[in-house]
Amino acid sequence: MPETIDKVAIQLKVNGKLYSLAVEPRTLLVELLREELNLTGTHVGCDTTYCGACTVLLNGASVKSCTMFAVQADGAEILTVEGLAKDGKLHPIQKAFGDSYGLQCGYCTPGLMLSTFQLVTKNHEPSENEIRKAIAGNTCRCTGYQNIFKAIRLAAQNMKGA
Amino acid sequence: MYPRPFHYHRAGSLPEAATMLSQLGDDAKLLAGGQSLIPLMKLRFANPSHLVDLNFVPGTSYINEQNGAVRFGALTRHSEIENSSIGVRFPILHDCAAGIADVQIRNRGTIGGSLAEADPSGDWAAVLLTQKTEIWCLSPRRERSVPLTDFITDAYTTVLEHDELVREISVEVPGKGTGGAYLAFKRSAPVYPTASAAVQITMEGDICKDAHLVLGCVGLVPVRATAAADALRDRRIDDKSVAAAMDAVREAVDPQADMRGSAEYKRTLAAALVKRAIEVAVRRARGERVEVSHIYA
Repeated sequence: MPETIDKVAIQLKVNGKLYSLAVEPRTLLVELLREELNLTGTHVGCDTTYCGACTVLLNGASVKSCTMFAVQADGAEILTVEGLAKDGKLHPIQKAFGDSYGLQCGYCTPGLMLSTFQLVTKNHEPSENEIRKAIAGNTCRCTGYQNIFKAIRLAAQNMKGA
Repeated sequence: MYPRPFHYHRAGSLPEAATMLSQLGDDAKLLAGGQSLIPLMKLRFANPSHLVDLNFVPGTSYINEQNGAVRFGALTRHSEIENSSIGVRFPILHDCAAGIADVQIRNRGTIGGSLAEADPSGDWAAVLLTQKTEIWCLSPRRERSVPLTDFITDAYTTVLEHDELVREISVEVPGKGTGGAYLAFKRSAPVYPTASAAVQITMEGDICKDAHLVLGCVGLVPVRATAAADALRDRRIDDKSVAAAMDAVREAVDPQADMRGSAEYKRTLAAALVKRAIEVAVRRARGERVEVSHIYA
């Protein structure tokens, strides 16, 4: 007879919407987002804290949501890729990735855009080196990095005007 | 991947966390940044029945300077240290904090967690062993400080008792005429280094008055290369003394062959990293501002 594990009541804001939920402690944040909240834009790639496909912003800081329990997000504000576009209009970062062909299969793109978000909200003119450091935790296996760099530079410019 | 089910406990203070560990027994573990523990739990290498979460304890993340020492709250995130002004005056701390894994992991991982985990591939222990570092520990019975040199006893093993936790890390600020540097060689940002070298050197004119060299990822615990330090102390830093230090480093390390390279490769790599770190440390000891970053394959 397996031991019963108490669920934990949490409240969190995801993309501006408040949720009150009871979660099993071992539920990872990415599973909560995908399975409970149906926000499947956040991807699971390696599931071992490497690839960054699951990157979301937690109170403005990028984190790998496969390496955090959902209970730890209690009281937090989360931003996922679904929260970028507003009123049917693409976010300047999304537009930059499209305009620069900064994606091929698109699997890593939500994570890359959120890493970009953290970089370009603070830094409107990132250097090549700063861009490399900012996305060092996001793996693209289509080897499309050149256009991703272009997209991030363009995103920074777009954000300056925004 | 799901970890094995566990009970979740949220501590409101550090003394409460220590009491919880005491009551829950050996099968309880602390959760700090979770960037080592959570992957280990998902892979089922670690299967605690209880997790005591420290992340909601207020006042555990700080960097302040008092009486010539920098004090870090145990839950200070690597990114907070990376972006703090302390890194300008104490650049080896910036070398370390800014080089750990990637932005996302630095936003979560903590200095106290890294030291308490005592992963042989961790960065902080190797760096802080070149400094005068005290670990302030708290249990339901006592508070004590342990020099870092006595704190880590084996791979993943420290002197912490099962209901004892790290409260603060205190590092003496080096004086004038001394410089440090930390360099790691990594195959990519999110992985552990293949090898790393931390060096602190005190110069008087052209003569090295004191040296501390510690190698990471090339033994079950960080390797303090005392013979290599002896090869530099009271000597000019030149090709000859540096070559002698490199030889001593190759002797001192005890790397395991793995997917990152053979033991011989890592020995050579550790010596090469020491050479580069000495160069930077000496320039910093002379007051130069030198930016370094880890070396990627």
